[in-house]
Amino acid sequence: MIGNWQSVIDKQRMTNLIWLVIALPLAGALFNGIFGRRVGYQVVAKVAPTMVFLAFLIGLGGAFETYARHGKAQLVTLWTWAEIGELNIPISFLVDPLSMTMVLVITGVGFLIHIYATDYMVHHHHGETHPDRDFARFFTFLNLFIASMLVLVLGDNYLMMFIGWELVGACSYLLIGFWHDRGDDPQPAIEIEGGEAVQVAPLLSPAASGMKAFVVNRIGDVGFALGVFLIWTTFGTLQFDQLFSRIASSAEMYRESALHGEFTVISMIALLLFIGAMGKSAQIPLYVWLPDAMAGPTPVSALIHAATMVTAGIYMIVRSNIIYTSAPNVSFLVAMVGALTAFFAATIALVQVDLKRVLAYSTVSQLGYMFMAVGVGAYTAGMFHLVTHAFFKACLFLGAGSVMHALGDVIDIRRMGGLRKKMPHTAMTFYLGGLALAGFPLTAGFFSKDEILAKTFEYSPMLWGIGIVTAGMTAFYTFRAIFLAFEGEPRDQELYDHAHENRLAVTAPLWILAVLAIFGGLLGLPAPLLHGVGIDIPHAMENWLHPVIQQVGHHEVHHLPFITELALFLISGFLGVASIGLAYYFYIVDRSIPQNLARSTHPIFALLVNKYYIDELYNTVFVKPALTLSNTMSRGIDQTLIDGIVDGSAYGIAELGKYLSQLQNGFISRYALATFIGVLFLVGYFFLGGQFPNWIY
Amino acid sequence: MIGAVPLSYYLLLSAILFTIGAGGVLIRRNAIIILMCVEMMMNAVNLTFVAFSSYLDSATGQIFVFMVMVVAAVEVAVGLALLVELNRHKEAVNIDEFNSLKG
Repeated sequence: MIGNWQSVIDKQRMTNLIWLVIALPLAGALFNGIFGRRVGYQVVAKVAPTMVFLAFLIGLGGAFETYARHGKAQLVTLWTWAEIGELNIPISFLVDPLSMTMVLVITGVGFLIHIYATDYMVHHHHGETHPDRDFARFFTFLNLFIASMLVLVLGDNYLMMFIGWELVGACSYLLIGFWHDRGDDPQPAIEIEGGEAVQVAPLLSPAASGMKAFVVNRIGDVGFALGVFLIWTTFGTLQFDQLFSRIASSAEMYRESALHGEFTVISMIALLLFIGAMGKSAQIPLYVWLPDAMAGPTPVSALIHAATMVTAGIYMIVRSNIIYTSAPNVSFLVAMVGALTAFFAATIALVQVDLKRVLAYSTVSQLGYMFMAVGVGAYTAGMFHLVTHAFFKACLFLGAGSVMHALGDVIDIRRMGGLRKKMPHTAMTFYLGGLALAGFPLTAGFFSKDEILAKTFEYSPMLWGIGIVTAGMTAFYTFRAIFLAFEGEPRDQELYDHAHENRLAVTAPLWILAVLAIFGGLLGLPAPLLHGVGIDIPHAMENWLHPVIQQVGHHEVHHLPFITELALFLISGFLGVASIGLAYYFYIVDRSIPQNLARSTHPIFALLVNKYYIDELYNTVFVKPALTLSNTMSRGIDQTLIDGIVDGSAYGIAELGKYLSQLQNGFISRYALATFIGVLFLVGYFFLGGQFPNWIY
Repeated sequence: MIGAVPLSYYLLLSAILFTIGAGGVLIRRNAIIILMCVEMMMNAVNLTFVAFSSYLDSATGQIFVFMVMVVAAVEVAVGLALLVELNRHKEAVNIDEFNSLKG
């Protein structure tokens, strides 16, 4: 321990200071939590983003040093947390390309969102400023989240990852339910010209949404915890480096037996860890919590439920890449679940009328893409999409929040329209983010999505088919939302008149993220394709992450033929543009088309609006029986049986006491008589040859 | 010295005295009489101690008697003081008047 501290001082290397990345936001959380209310909101608004920015700078230093080391992993051990028998849990951080990528995304995007939130959590009204009454609490949780997420990605063993995993879940719960006193939000039915209106279920209250998120995540976390236990009992270590080298030595054997239909222990570990990822990263069947998580403040949706926390599952799988490479059967499941989630979430997003929920289902869908990527073994492509998605989805969410802020918390796109004239910056950045999400050629989202699709095509053209259809839908629903919100005539004149562009603290992060959403693709230009046309620009992301991804066996790294690559490239590019064009035609040129479509396909439309009735299904199949069981246990077993025994025995003793207390009547002579009779009995007993019982000795 | 009188006589006398004392404690209602009866019971025990002390030629019994006498003196002092206070309080020495301490 002392030695490590010594090296911190001696070498002055940023890598050894990496613990500060966690400590700074934690200090911010403590400061804002303890003094936040006293020092006033302006101080809080400076402290919280500053801490995250300092953490970002240190992360940047760490990333540069990692680059200088050619991606060699560096372990920074602070102290030993627990040592029980063979179980040794050090508090140590792993500084390698993967963790540094995550650190930069978390602190970088996190900083921008902190800045944004300093204005978003303040209401400007006729020149007066009203900060949210729990302004300090908000930033306490936000800083705490950053620290927790950094524990998750920096920990060098599965236990620290699990601690971070649980901490971010707790922060997510606290922030979804931030406005805990708000109730359910009833939604007006969707009117269809000449058709039957479609009822929309009311939105859950923030408190209930938080609880839903927490409970659904618990289900996944049980799987994750069991996976960690199984790693420990099988390999006797939770340290990444030791564990992965142990697995790597027999990885090929595991892979072969899994390919021959055997379910190995590695497959079991991979499956259990993936169940954890399903919960945290909102995949079928555990995705239901994410759309409801939109009940939280919008910066939370952007930071936690789009850019960082929900990508923890992807990070975990990329970190455990050797486990998943050794378990191709589970990897296939991951890819299938990812593809199905991407597809189903996209179909739901097509018809949602709540701007944030369109983006939420889009997040679920994009996370599905990332799982598809890591499932087919394209770990780098998954990470690349994670990074670009963090840029453009944070941009879009913050844009949606900007609209909400301007309209007084209205998020229903049926009441928007024409907002581009009122909010030029928000509209511009939303367009740019939307282009990236839609996969418009040469934006960041285009390159990352195209890479995933190309790698998937190599693995299975069927999965590619699902992916490419989803890509088309993605472009369509993104621009449907954009056109409905920002173009056309205002549908609610009063709201429109009150709308206004937001301040610099809101628009500046929007612009930075929008620029990243457009140019982030430079991190991973399609190297094989460029090579084919004679330009040698390496795939930066792949080279950077190369040391983290372990190869199993001596498989030739083979690429698709140039012509196939080109065809896939053109197809996805064309589809993106065509879908945007379709959305333009539907929602700008001829608005009667979607109306007619909704009328003629009424049952399907209603099914999509109601999200396939999955919530209702879960309520009937799982929630209601569980509640009935709890009720039976509570009323029948606990209140009747257990309480009956406990209360009954107390009642019996009280009754007995009532009778016995009559003996104590205060007359000394009676007491004396009783004593006398007692003595007579005792003396008589011994006189007649009685003995002390044995236990008295 | 007392060799002429057999031990059993002493014990019998002691038993009679003790029984009278115990009966008095149980039957009488006058607090002063009860105190006197308690004294009588103690002295019956003292008599047994002294008798055995002489019979066994051991001083232990006599030491006990001193102890008992000291305790008895203390008890009388406290008991009489209590009685005086009770009498001031209720103007009565009938023990059945004092029954307010009950469950």
